[in-house]
Amino acid sequence: MEQVIQWQPGANMAALRQRSRVLSELRDFFQQRQVMEVDVPLLSMTTVTDLNIDSIEARNEEVAAYLQTSPEYFMKRLLASGSGDIYSLGKAFRDAESGRRHNPEFTLLEWYRCGWDEHQLMDEVAELIVTLAPEIAVRRCSYAELFIQHLQVDPHLIDLANLQSLAVASSSESWADETRANCLDLLFSVLIEPQLDDGLVLVYDYPACQAALAKCAEDSQGRQVSRRFEGFLNRVELANGYCELTDAEEQAGRFVEDQRLRKLSGKAAVTADQRLLAAMESGLPECAGVAMGVDRLLMQLQGADSIDQVMAFSWKRC
Amino acid sequence: MLDGDPCSILENELVKPGKGQAFNRVKLRNLKSGRVLEKTFKSGEQLEAADVMDTDMQYLYNDGDFWCFMEPDTFEQHQATENAVGDALIWLSEQDTCVVTLFNGVPLSVTPPNHVELEIVETDPGLRGDTAQGGSKPAKLITGAVVKVPLFLDQGEIIRVDTRTGEYQGRVSSK
Repeated sequence: MEQVIQWQPGANMAALRQRSRVLSELRDFFQQRQVMEVDVPLLSMTTVTDLNIDSIEARNEEVAAYLQTSPEYFMKRLLASGSGDIYSLGKAFRDAESGRRHNPEFTLLEWYRCGWDEHQLMDEVAELIVTLAPEIAVRRCSYAELFIQHLQVDPHLIDLANLQSLAVASSSESWADETRANCLDLLFSVLIEPQLDDGLVLVYDYPACQAALAKCAEDSQGRQVSRRFEGFLNRVELANGYCELTDAEEQAGRFVEDQRLRKLSGKAAVTADQRLLAAMESGLPECAGVAMGVDRLLMQLQGADSIDQVMAFSWKRC
Repeated sequence: MLDGDPCSILENELVKPGKGQAFNRVKLRNLKSGRVLEKTFKSGEQLEAADVMDTDMQYLYNDGDFWCFMEPDTFEQHQATENAVGDALIWLSEQDTCVVTLFNGVPLSVTPPNHVELEIVETDPGLRGDTAQGGSKPAKLITGAVVKVPLFLDQGEIIRVDTRTGEYQGRVSSK
């Protein structure tokens, strides 16, 4: 049979017009609040060390380079240089992420508020979503509340063996020796996420083992948590935010731990970004930051069930 | 292969929490029981491939318990259970060539030919001269299948049907 060449866009013209309108509404939102747009590089000689985020490699003048997985490090270097509140609205790349809700190249909105904590930033995330979709309901709850409500266990206190048994029961034997962070992710994605309410659900106080680049703290009940939050819109992970870690020494320690975990799981070594560490040593202001997937936001605004329907050309059309 | 049973993958979705490990939520059909189940695997996890083989075979007869198929080259015969024949049941007529999926040499499932020609055994009387107009009525075929056909067709006529959609394709001849 003759192969049909897919040259047309995945999104129809109405979807493309809405994308254009939403991009301009996002810029208006930040302009009205005196947050400066910054335009940072997509191509860099370094990249993130996260165990579970893989960068797409490129080359420039025979030197290895990486397409950036988020504008975070460049934005923090600007914050350390005295930029004040900033946002970036641009592309980000992640290797081997394709699917109904994933595309290896996607549009990311990321912003930082100096002197704010994660709860003030959650307020602003809610205001932004309500600006775009006035009817939307907003709910806020802690990570532990959700685990206790749906699984009757405290995610911060449960021991690893019990957590692994829950993970095995929810999927398969292969989770019997998984890490705490992976078991929690599995249970959250499989058993909690599908039960979340309609609208925007902001989940805060993530487990300390999933702090990434957030500060750690004790919660009101004395449990070790990270000051990280996520936003889910109609049960789809949409945004990830932190009360940002500003301590350069602790940041360097987390890079070393990332590298150890990468080595353990047989992943390519990534050199830690020395420029970010130097910027943090010179002084990153206390701030909160959040990244939001714009394609997923559009999917929810349009009721699309595939990311291909909101992008001009998703990866399978490139 | 899953827990010793061959399965076919119906859907495979990447699940990747922003900062977390990727995994795949897979929807599978157990080919023995026909049950659909959902499993979550770590990305990159390997599963044993099921040793199944698709073979063209001629449908011979039904003896009340089993449906008998024959390999045309070797004349080897295979007995398929009602469970294996499944939805193909309403399309099978003797001598037709079907695809029989064998698992460890035993018929696991039967796929009828994409197009079959079957006689109408029961339908409302045909409206002569109505060949151009739309409109349809149910017609029962000799194998038991019920399909929608145009109003002008009558009992005893032979029609062509697409077994994948159950749609009427055209009139073949009158008996």
